Amino acid sequence: MIEIKNLHKSYKMGSNALHVLKGIDFSVKEGELVAIMGSSGSGKSTLLNILGMLDVADEGEYNLDGMPIKNLNETKAANYRNKFLGFIFQSFNLINYKTALENVALPLYYQGMNRKKRQEKALKYLEQVGLKEWSHHLPSELSGGQKQRVAIARAMVTEPKVLLADELTGALDSKTSYEVMDLIQQINDKGNTILVVTHENDIAHMCKRIVYLRDGVIVKDEKVKQVRAKEYVQ
Amino acid sequence: MFSRDTWREIFDTLNKNKLRTFLSGFTVALGILIFVGLVGMTNGLQNTFEYYFSRDATNILYLQPGRTSRPYKGYKSQRRIEFENEDLKDIKENFSIFIDYVSPMIRRGALVKYREESNNYTTIGADWGQQFAENTIMMKGRFINQEDVKNKTRNAVIGRLVEQDLFGNMNAMGKYIDVGGSVFKVVGVFQDEGGDREERQIFIPYTTRQLIEKNTDKIDLIVVGFRPEIGYTGAMALQRNLNKYLKDKKFISPEDQKGIFIRNVAEELERNQAFARVLAIIAAFVAFGTIIAGIIGISNIMVYVVKERTKEIGIRKAIGATPRNVISNILLESIFITTLSGFSGMIAGIALLSSLGDKLMDDYFILNPGIDTGLAISATIVLILFGSIAGYVPAKRAAQIKPIVALNEE
Ligand SMILES: Nc1ncnc2c1ncn2[C@@H]1O[C@H](COP(=O)(O)OP(=O)(O)O)[C@@H](O)[C@H]1O
Ligand SMILES: [Mg+2]
Repeated sequence: MIEIKNLHKSYKMGSNALHVLKGIDFSVKEGELVAIMGSSGSGKSTLLNILGMLDVADEGEYNLDGMPIKNLNETKAANYRNKFLGFIFQSFNLINYKTALENVALPLYYQGMNRKKRQEKALKYLEQVGLKEWSHHLPSELSGGQKQRVAIARAMVTEPKVLLADELTGALDSKTSYEVMDLIQQINDKGNTILVVTHENDIAHMCKRIVYLRDGVIVKDEKVKQVRAKEYVQ
Repeated sequence: MFSRDTWREIFDTLNKNKLRTFLSGFTVALGILIFVGLVGMTNGLQNTFEYYFSRDATNILYLQPGRTSRPYKGYKSQRRIEFENEDLKDIKENFSIFIDYVSPMIRRGALVKYREESNNYTTIGADWGQQFAENTIMMKGRFINQEDVKNKTRNAVIGRLVEQDLFGNMNAMGKYIDVGGSVFKVVGVFQDEGGDREERQIFIPYTTRQLIEKNTDKIDLIVVGFRPEIGYTGAMALQRNLNKYLKDKKFISPEDQKGIFIRNVAEELERNQAFARVLAIIAAFVAFGTIIAGIIGISNIMVYVVKERTKEIGIRKAIGATPRNVISNILLESIFITTLSGFSGMIAGIALLSSLGDKLMDDYFILNPGIDTGLAISATIVLILFGSIAGYVPAKRAAQIKPIVALNEE
């Protein structure tokens, strides 16, 4: 599903450059639930943003579902993001003046789907994350966990090939974090490919595979026995 | 780009960001309102000038006798100058190639009665020439004619409002009225665009007035109607020559400024029109400045709006908005607000102007202020156009920043 080879990325800061990713090779198969682990500043977000086409690498190859991702213009990148990827951010990134339903329906608007269909589909996904009753609430009227579930519904609504989550539990307390991870595991159980960036050990161990990143290189890549989040919920 | 869904998204965004929508709309509406107001007021001022000068013909010199201010040829200073009937004839003969008519005027206030109704009016002893000088329009009957002057008849021509005051709904034609103790027959009713005051005047033959006043041959004022072909410079020359001629005739020192006064309507009109033109130019500058200020205002708001929405744009891009989506949304929003508020401001301005009418006439000399609809619409369109360009630049910039940079914005 995802294949990258020799990926490099540095940030230019005035005259000198900060080399953040120093040759990453890694691949993800369909249906995997992968945690990208590492301490703060190790380059996890940078890697995820490149995988999500929100940012571009300086060097290296990237294939998504057999498609080479290279030299995309903004319009193409936007279309690919819309069709193939779903994002979940630490800070939710919901549009604050839109209701939960409208937020979830927005990616479908950019697909050109008509309003009625959009809303039906959005409502279906809100129901899946258990927020059907909250569909007409603004983000400001929702708790952190609810906001993140709205964001998950929004990421899922286009039925993307890959879900990318950057510290999705970072702004949540541990109980809520486990509830959200339970949801992620359920989604993965249905066969969705998910990448989760985290610096928290317990969250990483709720995935099926952990990739350790340090100083811009992968230092360890191992399959783990998945801890089911459900055990911690209730 | 113009689907119903696009518009719904735009209305939604505008509706849910009311303060922002209101601010940018208000700027545009205010800009247009001020523009329309300014242009309208200037036009109103010009209307006032026209109003004052259109009521009378402008190819006219008014000759008025005064009192000498220096001794001359054995005459003492402070001598009162008077015009006589003979002066009319002499002027006519000496200046015949320049002159259309020479008409006398003897103004007197009089109590005028018809049955139980009575009122004070200005009576003007005149001849037929006065009809041209005053631009009076006959509604009924006729004006003072040659026969009246020659035979010193007791015929009167009354203003529309005199008829209304004294006769109510009745027809005044052929009725007899008492003018300061003498009985006159109404032979004509006139109207005058000069307004109420002029329509409350009564014309009688000047010879009749002279007869009533102990058969004198004195005249208050001489109105000289010159031929329009002689033009402005011709009129100025005529004025100089008339001045010289009359001073000579009445033994007034050529240096004496007080013996004879000549009022040149054309010159006054010219002066006032020049003033109105200067005013119009100043107003045009200010009005133009208002539009510029409106454009700058809307540009600033657009820059601010886009900056404020950078993160939102980042989110939209992350979930699939193309640069084109981003630009068209921002642009259509801005076009929509500027169009709506621009035309609202324009209509409000026009409505305001037309509601004023002559309310500002007495205090500010502004009459029927108004604006050419074409000009108002053009100004509005210019503002909309530049407002859109102003929106396009930051929108384009926002659409091009990498989504990750936009997302990290706070
Ligand atoms: N836009 C940027 N410009 C400059 N430096 C950046 C930028 N984004 C991240 N960095 C730096 O790159 C390094 C890796 O950042 P990041 O990928 O966010 O790490 P992580 O997500 O693992 O905490 C950090 O040192 C960070 O300061
Ligand atoms: Mg990070």
